[in-house]
Amino acid sequence: MDKVVLKLDDLEVMANKEDTILQAALDHGIYIPHLCYHPDLKPFGGCRLCVVEIEGRGLTISCKAPVEEGIAVRTEGPEIDKMRRVAAELLIVNHYSECLQCARNTDCKLQDIAAYIGIEEGRLQRLKRTARDLPLDDSNPFFIRDPNKCVLCGICVRTCEEINGVGAIDFAFRGLDTRISTLKDKPIVESRCESCGECVVRCPVGALVPQNMRKPEREVKSICPYCGTGCGIYLGIRGDKIVSARGDRDSVVNKGQLCVKGRFGYHFVNHPDRLTTPLIKRNGVFVEATWDEALDLVTAKFKEAQEKYGPEALAGLSSARVTNEENYLFQKLLRSLGTNSVDHCARL
Amino acid sequence: MPVKTVLLGQGTCCISAGAKQISAALREEIARLDLAGTVQVKHTGCRGFSQIDPVVIIEPEGLLYSEVKVDDAPEIARSLLPQGQPIERLFYRDPVTDRAIPHHRDITFYNNQQRTVLKNCGYIDPEEIDDYLAVGGYQALRKVLSEMTPEQVIDAVKRSGLRGLGGAGFPAGRKWEACRRASRESRVESRESGRETPDSRLQTPDSYVVCNADEGDPGAFQDRSVLEGDPHSVVEGMIIAGYAVGATKGYVYVRAEYPLAVKRLGIAIAEARERGFLGENVLGNGFGFDIEIFQGAGAFVCGESTALTLSLEGARGMPKPLPRPRTTEVGLWGRPTLLNNVKTFANIRWIINKGAEWFASQGTEKSKGTAIFSLTGKITNCGLIEVPMGITLREIIFDIGGGVPGGRTFKAVQTGGPSGGVLPEGLLGTPIDFDSLTAAGSMMGSGGMVVVDEDTCMVDLARYFLDFTQKESCGQCSLCRLGSVQMLEILNAITEGNGRIEDIDLLIELGESVKIGSICGLGQSAPNPVLSTIRYFREEYESHILEKKCPARVCKGLISYIIVSDKCKACMICLRKCPVEAIKGGKNEVHVIDQDNCTRCGVCLSVCPERFGAVEIIPGREVKIHG
Repeated sequence: MDKVVLKLDDLEVMANKEDTILQAALDHGIYIPHLCYHPDLKPFGGCRLCVVEIEGRGLTISCKAPVEEGIAVRTEGPEIDKMRRVAAELLIVNHYSECLQCARNTDCKLQDIAAYIGIEEGRLQRLKRTARDLPLDDSNPFFIRDPNKCVLCGICVRTCEEINGVGAIDFAFRGLDTRISTLKDKPIVESRCESCGECVVRCPVGALVPQNMRKPEREVKSICPYCGTGCGIYLGIRGDKIVSARGDRDSVVNKGQLCVKGRFGYHFVNHPDRLTTPLIKRNGVFVEATWDEALDLVTAKFKEAQEKYGPEALAGLSSARVTNEENYLFQKLLRSLGTNSVDHCARL
Repeated sequence: MPVKTVLLGQGTCCISAGAKQISAALREEIARLDLAGTVQVKHTGCRGFSQIDPVVIIEPEGLLYSEVKVDDAPEIARSLLPQGQPIERLFYRDPVTDRAIPHHRDITFYNNQQRTVLKNCGYIDPEEIDDYLAVGGYQALRKVLSEMTPEQVIDAVKRSGLRGLGGAGFPAGRKWEACRRASRESRVESRESGRETPDSRLQTPDSYVVCNADEGDPGAFQDRSVLEGDPHSVVEGMIIAGYAVGATKGYVYVRAEYPLAVKRLGIAIAEARERGFLGENVLGNGFGFDIEIFQGAGAFVCGESTALTLSLEGARGMPKPLPRPRTTEVGLWGRPTLLNNVKTFANIRWIINKGAEWFASQGTEKSKGTAIFSLTGKITNCGLIEVPMGITLREIIFDIGGGVPGGRTFKAVQTGGPSGGVLPEGLLGTPIDFDSLTAAGSMMGSGGMVVVDEDTCMVDLARYFLDFTQKESCGQCSLCRLGSVQMLEILNAITEGNGRIEDIDLLIELGESVKIGSICGLGQSAPNPVLSTIRYFREEYESHILEKKCPARVCKGLISYIIVSDKCKACMICLRKCPVEAIKGGKNEVHVIDQDNCTRCGVCLSVCPERFGAVEIIPGREVKIHG
C-alpha cells in the first residue's frame, strides 16, 4: 500500500495513502475527539468535533479529509477550540447529565470528549438545556432506545444500512426535534429491525443499551454455539454467570459482528429449565440419566428397529447448532447404518 | 384580428388578489359587448408590482389599471369599445406626488428597473409556447445547436461573467466547464469499463442538469414568478446547459408549495416536447435531452445542492459535509451534475442571443447582469424587481420602492432572507453585488429584501429569522442544530426582559462558532441576522437588557400601555373591554392602567376611539402613571 508522510502536531507520521487524517492520528496514538466517526462505517462529519487545522489551508474535519504528502496538521489551537469546544459544550448541555445512572457510565465517548476538552462549569452554566423529555422505546426485548441520551451521531443509522443492510432506522423530523426514528415513528419492535444489536454495540453513548445490562467482570473468548458459522465471541462473565456477549473483531469469520442469537441469546446457559443431563422416559415420566445409559438405550432401539423393519426405516434429523464437521459425521453415521434419510432442522 | 389586448396577470400573487374572478367577469363583459373579435384577453405571469395587484393592462396603448375589482369589469369592457375612454379612477397614483399615471412605462417602480429575466413576465401567456416563440423563444437553442460547439457555449457563459443566482454566486461558466470535464471523463471511464449506463442508447449519457427551484426563503418569490410567468426561458436554458455539459436528462426540483409553477412548467415541458425542443432528437440535431419535474417536500435545507440531490434520489435531504467532491463531479446518483438556479438558467438565452459581451457590459466588475429582489416589508411599492448589479440599496428602496410609507423613518434593510444580514441606513450606499453585500455582513442569498422602519425591533427581527432557520436545520450537525436553538433561547430571554449583558458576547461567540463550524450554508449563515443586528444595532440589545425597554415598542415584556390623561374622555370602553380588569376609573373619571395586572394584550389600544387616541405604548415596564 502506498504511504505518505505528514506532520501531526509536531510528530512526523507515515500513513496509508487511503487513510483520513483522523485514521492516521488514531493509528499513531494521537487522540482527536470524535463522536460520529466509527472505523467500520463511512465517515459522516456531523459531530464537528474532529476538526483540525491543515497549516496554510484552514479548518477541516479530519474524519473526511484524506492524508496528503507533506501536509502539517494541528489538532489543537484557538480556531479549532472555537468550533470544537462550543460543539462539545452544546452536546453536553443537551445531554442527560445523570451519568451515574447511565448503563454506559465510564464507557462513554461523550465522557471521553468532555475529559479531553476539559469542561468549565462556568461556560456550561451560560447555556440552557434545550432538550426535552422524550419517551423511552423499550419495545425490543433485547435493547432500549433512549432518545434523550442520543447525540445524533447517526452511527446506528449507518450501521443498520451499511453493515446489516436493513435500514430500519433513519433521521426524522427537523431542528431540535430531529431524532432517530423507525418508519412512521413506530416502536422499534414493529419495524424491520432484526435485533442484531450491531447498532447497540456501536452507540457511543447510552442511547442504545442492552436490556438489563450488567457489566462483566471478565471476558472469555469462545465460539458462538448457535450455528455452524462459528462466529468468534467474547462472553462476559460475572462470577459463574454469563452477562454479556460481544463479537470478536479479530475473528476472520465474523469480524466482530453477531446476530440476535449470538449477541442476546446467552440466557439459556444459566436458565433453570436448561437440561444438564439426558432424560429417559420411564413409565411416562422423564427421569435423569447418565450419558452411558442414554446412548445404550439409543443403540438398543436403533438395532431393534433395524432388525424389525430394515435399515431404511431409520432416519436422522440433525441440528443447525452443531458444526459443519459434526453434521458431516452425523450423515456418515446414518449412512453406515444403512439409511439415506438424513435431514437438518435449517431445512424445515 | 384583435385590435386591443388586455393583459391580465395570473400569478399566484395576482390570483390571491382576485385576478381569476376579474378575468372571468371581464371575458363575460367583452362577450356581452360583442368585442371578442377585436379584443383579446391574455393571461400572463405577474408583472411584479404586487402592491397594486390585480393589474389590468390595455395594449397597444399601454394603459395600466391598478387594484382592479370584479365590479370594475363592465366599465373596463366598455372602455374597450371603439369610442371608449380610459378610466382615470383606475390609474395608478404615485404615492409621493399623488399624480395619476396612465401608462405603465411611466411608473417609477417599473422604469427604474432593468428587466432581463423578468422581461416576458406579464407580457406573454406562460401556457402558450407560441407566445414565447413570438418573443424570440428557443432562438438561442437553435443558434446553439446549429452554430456552436458545447465548448463555445461554455466559453460564452464564462465570458459573460454570469454568476449563480441561487445566492452563492459561483461563476456559472466555471461550473459548466467542470461538469463537462467530469461528464466526459466519466464517459470514457464507463466505456473502458464496459459498464452499461442507464441512458446508454442516447448520445451523451451519464450526467444531469438540475434546476434548483426549491425557493424556501420566507418572503422570496422570484423563482416562482419566473416559473409562473416565463417557464420556457428556464426550459430553454436547461436544454442549452444539457448540450453544453453533455447531459441527456434534466430535473427541475421545485417546491410542492408552488402548484401553479409546477402546472405551468409541466405545460411548458409538454409543449416543448411536442415541438421537438425536448426529446431524443432535439430539433433534429441528434442531441437528446428531456426534463422531468420533481416536487420537493418542503424542507428549506433541500435548496442546498447536496441535500437537493439526495432528496431527488429519494433519501432524506441532508447536506454532505466538506471535504467532498463537488456536485459537478459526483452529483445525482453519483454522476456529474450541473445544478443551477431558475434565474441562472433563465439568463442563458439572453447571453446566447445578445452575446456574452452584452451581458458582461452590465453590472459591476465582478457581478455581471441583473439581480432580482423580492422587495417587501415597510415599503411603499412592494413587489418583485430586477435591477442591474451595482445599483445601490438606496436606489432600490427609495427610487423603485418609494421609501417607507406612512411618514415613518427607514431603519434597516434585511437582504438575503433568513441567511442574510440586516444593514442600517449608513450602509444604504452599498452597491448590490455578491461581494459588497457579503463584506457588509449580509448576502445576496435568494434575493429577499425586507425593509423595516422605526416600529421594528431589531432583536425581535433577528429572533424571527433565527426561529425559522433553527426549525429548518436538518439536525445532523451539532453546531447548527443545537447552537441555533441556544441562540434563539437567548434572544427569547432578551425580548422577554430576562437578558443579561453578557448574553450579547455569548450570542457573538455562539454565532461565530455556528458560522465556522456548520456543515452547510443553512447553518453557516443562520447567525447572520443576529450578528449583523448586534453589529449595527447593539444599543437596541443593550436597551432591552439594561433598561428593560424595547425602543421600537414591540417586545411585549418590555413595553407598557398607558392612558394619556389629557386625552382620555372616560368613555368606559377600554375599561369594559380589558380582559383582566386592569383599567381603573369610572364615568367622568380618567382611566388608568394598573401596570401590575396589565397583560399587554393591546385590546385597550384597539378599542380606544381613534378621535381620542388616548392609549399609547411606551418602551419599558417601569412607568410613572400619568396624572
